[in-house]
Amino acid sequence: MAVSVPTSLAEAVSLLSGAPDSVVLAGGTDLMVEANSGHRQIASVIAIDRVPELRTWGVDVVRRNLWIGSGVPYSTVMQPGIASLVPALAQASRTVGSPQIRHVGTIGGNLGTCSPAGDTLPVLAALDARVHLASVSGERSVGFDEFMVGVKRTSRRPDELITGVTIPILNGWQGYSKVGVRNAMVIATASSCLAVDTDGRSVRIGLGSVGPVIIRCGEAEQWISGRVDWSELSVSNADVDEFGLRCGAAARPIDDHRSTAAYRRRAVEVLAARQLRRAFPNG
Amino acid sequence: MMHGLRKWGMMTSVISEISALVGHVLSGGYTVQITVNVNGTAQTSDVEPRQLLVHYVRETLGLTGTNVGCDTSSCGACTLHVNGQSTKSCTMLAVQADGQSVTTIEGIAKGDELHPMQKAFMENHGLQCGYCTPGMVMAAIGILDENPKPTEDEVRVALEGNLCRCTGYHNIVKSILACANG
Repeated sequence: MAVSVPTSLAEAVSLLSGAPDSVVLAGGTDLMVEANSGHRQIASVIAIDRVPELRTWGVDVVRRNLWIGSGVPYSTVMQPGIASLVPALAQASRTVGSPQIRHVGTIGGNLGTCSPAGDTLPVLAALDARVHLASVSGERSVGFDEFMVGVKRTSRRPDELITGVTIPILNGWQGYSKVGVRNAMVIATASSCLAVDTDGRSVRIGLGSVGPVIIRCGEAEQWISGRVDWSELSVSNADVDEFGLRCGAAARPIDDHRSTAAYRRRAVEVLAARQLRRAFPNG
Repeated sequence: MMHGLRKWGMMTSVISEISALVGHVLSGGYTVQITVNVNGTAQTSDVEPRQLLVHYVRETLGLTGTNVGCDTSSCGACTLHVNGQSTKSCTMLAVQADGQSVTTIEGIAKGDELHPMQKAFMENHGLQCGYCTPGMVMAAIGILDENPKPTEDEVRVALEGNLCRCTGYHNIVKSILACANG
């Protein structure tokens, strides 16, 4: 196994373009576990945890966007700076692993692995985040829905490095909820991020662990956005229940070692309804 | 019979030589020089690129206080500090620690004087078999660095990455609270 440790973005991108078969190592919380357990043979690694450009975050006040570099760890996302702007992302980060894992695990790593159970991914989907990629031939960005194309499959080219995400800053309630077998160190059986855009009068929801990709419930979102009383910021009990059922119907869960399809669909119904009620406490 | 055994013995040794050679080629067959500040002292060593930080600490430096439990970042026995933050050293490569500062359980006492957290674990019987203890102590120091006066609930939540298979959590939590209030 050969390991390169670049210390600038230019060096990292050039190394990757020269050896596109390399595996990019960020916090190692996915990759090293696979390597140690013998599930993955790795010939060449580019470790990007020492690239300062990837560890920055900031706000574009004009576009009302938050930029988070791919090397920003979960522990930083949980701090008030980012948490006050995208609380759902901070909540999702809080559910990843343990403090030791959140110190090293990164947003970019969650995107690079792109598991349907990746905790930050339903948030990035619900908030219409854009994923930024860089290679020696230039930079581009894609919407999250175009980035994740299957179970642990993305539209990233092998020579491209994930540099970060831009996330629209919304006015309105947002939250992340997760069902698992225990509270600590758990991989989601089902998860959900609901975000309200009060200015745009829309409700969005992204579901994790209930399909090959993160699922946005377009039909349910449109329906409930038309049912909310936006002047009172209220929604009826019947509509809350109906929203849960419609989100459950949008899920595409399977039976696997972690749970059953039926349980997961029911979990989505409960999570979606509960989050909607939290977003609009008035019935 | 004897002849057969000798033949097998020879073949086995040839096979092991071949596999050693293949292993050498697959591993890249080279070492990298790294310098890590470990417990306040700069340590320069030649390591294989694939060597884990925990194996570097234990085998290259001989600091065997840091234990390996699961090697899949589940149990927290290998917790040490990298640049002051608690980290599971079984899922980090030694080469990633080049130029960084690492603190292990051996580095927290001042000579014969135990670290307050070590003292608190001793006084509150915060250990049973002891296997998880170094990781627990390092995680505990990290917890108080981030939250100097935690509640009992906060301590239990923050210990989520460390397993004690004796299930001696009660006294571990008590030790950490005693250290925070001591």
